[in-house]
Amino acid sequence: MANLKALRTRINSVRSTRKITSAMKMVAAAKLRHAQESAEAARPYAERMARMMASLAGAFAGREDAPRLLAGTGSDKVNLIVVVTSDRGLCGGFNASVVRSVRQRIAELRKEGREVKLLCLGRKGRDLLRRDHGELIVDTLQGLDKGFSYGTARDAAERITAMFEAGEFDQCTVVFNRFQSVMTQVVTWQGLIPAVAPDEPVDDLGGAVYIFEPDEGAILEHLLPRNLGVQVFRGLLESQASEHAARMTAMDNATRNAGDMIDRLNLVYNRTRQAAITTEITEIVSGAEAL
Amino acid sequence: MAGRVNFELVSPERVLVSDTFDMVVIPGGDGDIGVLPDHAPLISTIRPGVIDIHDDGKVAHQVFVAGGFAEVLPDRCTVLAERALMVASIDAGDVRARIEAAELDLRDAESDADRTRAKDELAVLNAMLEAVPDS
Repeated sequence: MANLKALRTRINSVRSTRKITSAMKMVAAAKLRHAQESAEAARPYAERMARMMASLAGAFAGREDAPRLLAGTGSDKVNLIVVVTSDRGLCGGFNASVVRSVRQRIAELRKEGREVKLLCLGRKGRDLLRRDHGELIVDTLQGLDKGFSYGTARDAAERITAMFEAGEFDQCTVVFNRFQSVMTQVVTWQGLIPAVAPDEPVDDLGGAVYIFEPDEGAILEHLLPRNLGVQVFRGLLESQASEHAARMTAMDNATRNAGDMIDRLNLVYNRTRQAAITTEITEIVSGAEAL
Repeated sequence: MAGRVNFELVSPERVLVSDTFDMVVIPGGDGDIGVLPDHAPLISTIRPGVIDIHDDGKVAHQVFVAGGFAEVLPDRCTVLAERALMVASIDAGDVRARIEAAELDLRDAESDADRTRAKDELAVLNAMLEAVPDS
């Protein structure tokens, strides 16, 4: 019976799919461990730097000579959004959730009559945003899944700084999936330019002011570009850990679904087979009776 | 008097040191800074050099840092280093080889950016070599 053969082929194909998804799950789990470690290890540095930035920003508050990277251009006309996504799919809602948030943001900004530009880190973000916001995408950096270092982030940061200095945008934010746990990744927005004070309160120095060596300007000159690189680096690390976590969860679900499907198909297959045998026996019996 | 400094040394990859010590001497951009408890709030750049961590009246640890920033508050001291390694683990021969390589890079550098990068690297390596006690 042709139907039986079709079912058998179907079962085999689902079986091989299950093999692939379970292998992908295992690979993602192995990569996740590594990515999670590096993401968590990088957090203290980024946090301390953010704290230092907050102190410096406080010292410059309201001053005219504040560096533009810190204070911004004084305008909020053109917004650059750095969208951190993965290069590859098959990781559940990972990329979609970032992109959804970006779309929402674009709509909000446009309603306020502001301009938006996009810089995509990761191929998927570009692929998903290209359809309706293609004209906004300034550039895309990809190949991140082959591994990246602080250097990658620094290059991206240098690119952003160059664009800022060329006056191509006024404000810059980065959006990425922050790794919270294997099950949850939170889409996080973080301001890059102007450098935004972190949420945690700045230490109360009891009215004392920082001493700066050599001086505020010189420190900021070094600190601001580095801070940008560190924030981008952190975004990349968090995003990478999130990606593997999301993929692991997605592939775990896919493996389980494939298992269920195989069970269901097997049931149908056996029923069909049994029906065929019964029919055959009935035919033989009735044939014998007719003699 | 509190007596001890809460000292943290952090690199982009991880937290290297986090403990309390008697005193920490940091190679600041404008000169060495000795940090004792209740130091005035300070933010400074760091030049490539060695951080001396004093404990029990002697230098307990020496860490080489390739530049970064230090933040000092009355109750703690945080150093953000780009690269950091224990002085004891530096191999002078290895550093000399890298200095030679860096000098070659500097000579072959084509763009200004490359040249600046090679120069910075050379400065870091020379400071590293100086850090090794018997070089």
